[in-house]
Amino acid sequence: MEEKEKIATPDELQEYFINMGPQHPSTHGVLRLLVSLKGEMVQSVQPHVGYIHSGIEKMCESITYPQIIHLTDRMDYLSAHINNEAVCLNVEKALEVDIPDRIKVIRTIMSELTRIQSHQLWWASFGMDLGGLTCFFYGLRDREKVLDIFEETCGGRMIVSYSCPGGLMYDIHPNFQKRVKDFIKYFRKILPEYDQLLSGNVIFHERSKGIGKLTKEDAISFGITGPSGRASGFSCDVRKHEPYSAYDRVHFNEVLLTEGDTFSRYIARIEEMRESMNIIEQLIDNIPEGPFTVKMKPVIKLPEGEYYQRVETARGELGVFVISDGNKNPYRVKFRSPNFCNLSVLDHISRGFKIADLVAIGGSLDLIIPDIDR
Amino acid sequence: MRSIINYLKEIIFGVWSLLKGMKVTGSYFFRPSTIVTQKYPSNRKDLVMFDRFKGEVVMPHNEKNEHKCTGCGICELNCPNGTIEIISKTIITEDGKKKKAIDKHIYRLSMCTFCGLCVKTCPSNALAFSQKFEHAVFNRALLIKTLNKPGSQLMKGVE
Repeated sequence: MEEKEKIATPDELQEYFINMGPQHPSTHGVLRLLVSLKGEMVQSVQPHVGYIHSGIEKMCESITYPQIIHLTDRMDYLSAHINNEAVCLNVEKALEVDIPDRIKVIRTIMSELTRIQSHQLWWASFGMDLGGLTCFFYGLRDREKVLDIFEETCGGRMIVSYSCPGGLMYDIHPNFQKRVKDFIKYFRKILPEYDQLLSGNVIFHERSKGIGKLTKEDAISFGITGPSGRASGFSCDVRKHEPYSAYDRVHFNEVLLTEGDTFSRYIARIEEMRESMNIIEQLIDNIPEGPFTVKMKPVIKLPEGEYYQRVETARGELGVFVISDGNKNPYRVKFRSPNFCNLSVLDHISRGFKIADLVAIGGSLDLIIPDIDR
Repeated sequence: MRSIINYLKEIIFGVWSLLKGMKVTGSYFFRPSTIVTQKYPSNRKDLVMFDRFKGEVVMPHNEKNEHKCTGCGICELNCPNGTIEIISKTIITEDGKKKKAIDKHIYRLSMCTFCGLCVKTCPSNALAFSQKFEHAVFNRALLIKTLNKPGSQLMKGVE
């Protein structure tokens, strides 16, 4: 009897490595993933970071506090305003400055607009990662409307540099309220289109449901924050638990889901866009009158000590830790960036899935590489 | 039997969900007014940027070739990455006093991060942002600009 040609079963396959990145479209930047594979199944993922390390923390030690603001824009460039706000809140907390309501409300509206545009871009690129090219055009089309609002008021589109210690760089533009209202009206109409296009699509369901499951316990132990953590049921919204700016005067729901797979991370972000619109609607009509900046000393010197402030960016919790020795430069600045912690779970949740699912999982974590490397 | 029904159901649901998506994309064929793309190079003549857009730092001069920069150096101090350099000179005013004035206000566009601190902190509002955004040049040296025009003077009344 002839012996049939033997087909190797997955157990007998040799393990091999693949470099995904540093230049790979689905890593959304220069992230290198060393993927160990058996056949098509992912055995382990080792992220190699540092390709876009710019030394922001070290640079902060040699510049003054108002100058730090423009560097934080460049960490998580999609939530630039929220990063600015984090540093400003920290400096104001250290100096015990009372911030007028007008500044708080404008900062909150800007933060929520930033969150919306970030999620729009994420939706666009996530759809593209999974093969829905139309999403990319639609997402960027709607994001343009938010960027126009930023451009008119802040002068920058992505790199806004709008907050400064003690207030805002400029007052809001006279057209600001009208534009924001127009945008909310427009986007409320457009968001169901997103659902029809991608959320209900059967191919998308097959690619995302049950893929990359993250339990609540793992989310807590890995420190996964933001929509990715909340999709696993980890209640980690800093806006709810430790309200800053004007979040204590608005009503909104913390989006909490239980499944923790790629699809629920997707739904969490879509729902967050709705919540952000609710927050903006509550604030946009009653921006209090008042000054847009508090008079600060020309050279800001923090009193000696350690200060920590955390905010909720579009991707999770950003912590700014400043040690001051009483000079005009900080002694040490440490950013607890959400993306670095979110990246750490990639190995844990993508084991045992196919390499194509790794793209979906990585996309659903919404990684921004300059924020990982800083 | 049940599995066959489920299988057929899945197919019908799948096709239905695809058609739903196609409806969205297809409907844009009949709504050309919602297309927002700007035809950039051909609309350059009537392209209006927002008045706060941070294109590059300029020093506005009036018609008598006068500017407001006193050469105090606050912008140079506040610039996070050494984009601005002020070379000053001593001039003798009409009543015979010696006074410091700027010789050259050098602005390196290639290093500028558009944080806006120089414009915001200038005590005499001598600097402003222009809306020019087409900065591409063939020679890197062209990005080092002198903001004060040749022969320009300090505006009267600005200290």
